[in-house]
Amino acid sequence: MKRGLMLVPLVLFLLVAVFLYRGLYLNPAELPSAMIGKPFPEFSLPSVQGDKALTRADLLGKPALVNVWGTWCISCRIEHPVLNKLAEQGVVIYGIDYKDDNAAALKWLAEFHNPYQLNIRDDDGNLGLNLGVYGAPETFFIDARGVIRDKYVGVIDEAVWREQLAARYQALVDEATP
Amino acid sequence: MKRLLAAAVLVLGLAGVAHAAIDTYEFASDAERTRFRELTKELRCPKCQNQDIADSNAPIAADLRKEIFRMLGEGKDDQQIIDFMVDRYGEFVRYKPALNAKTALLWFGPAGLLLTGLVVMAVIVRRRRAAPTDGSDALSPEERKRLDHLLDAKTDD
Repeated sequence: MKRGLMLVPLVLFLLVAVFLYRGLYLNPAELPSAMIGKPFPEFSLPSVQGDKALTRADLLGKPALVNVWGTWCISCRIEHPVLNKLAEQGVVIYGIDYKDDNAAALKWLAEFHNPYQLNIRDDDGNLGLNLGVYGAPETFFIDARGVIRDKYVGVIDEAVWREQLAARYQALVDEATP
Repeated sequence: MKRLLAAAVLVLGLAGVAHAAIDTYEFASDAERTRFRELTKELRCPKCQNQDIADSNAPIAADLRKEIFRMLGEGKDDQQIIDFMVDRYGEFVRYKPALNAKTALLWFGPAGLLLTGLVVMAVIVRRRRAAPTDGSDALSPEERKRLDHLLDAKTDD
């Protein structure tokens, strides 16, 4: 009995130590998205190029990345060449130009190349709000039926793509082509 | 004196708003204004995580304030507005998380710890009280003699 009691502080200490140690390696900026497993929200917005009206139906049919970007977003500039490369490899990427100046966006696309098959112009950020976007860049993974399956917050660089995201995208592609 | 009082009241009034981000919204009623204030205090900014959305200057917080204002105007109740935010940003945005199996530890943990502490303390106190005080820990005559001797030896020095 006495011996058992003597162990109590040690056990408590170990418990706390384990929790604190884990806490060291958690990234508090990483939020689990509440949108995973939910259908991509309905919207009706013009394209960035202004040539067509886009709705949710335009995103269906193929698994794709939906990338939230803006010319005001400095890290989007770092991400952009990676997206170009992915688009070249055949990855389907749609864009949401989030709370941006349209002229600046057009200039950006002309200057840095356009990896987006479709580009939604979300001037007042309503689509972004419905997606639970809280910054840029953010990238949603949708399957062929338009369900959000995954989300990545932050810059997609080549290492991130290779080590984490490529497999997730491939899984969605495999699922769509039985 | 009156002027001084007026100044004091003004300053006090300012103290409440000074930290809040500045928006201009026109509310239909004071009740709506109060609800807006309470909701924006209870919801957390997803971008700058240690601020509520009333307090934050991040663009996303401004958007969320606008959205809350719009929903209040539409006559939505508090629960609907909170659900709207949780649907999009997750349970994370609530400073007062809903009570469920996942958050039970958060809600009851501190009270539980306090209670455990009290119980442990009560047990210890009780044991001490119950401990025999019938003289079994008193000194035997020989021991007393030795003690006296030791004390005397000390005072002799």
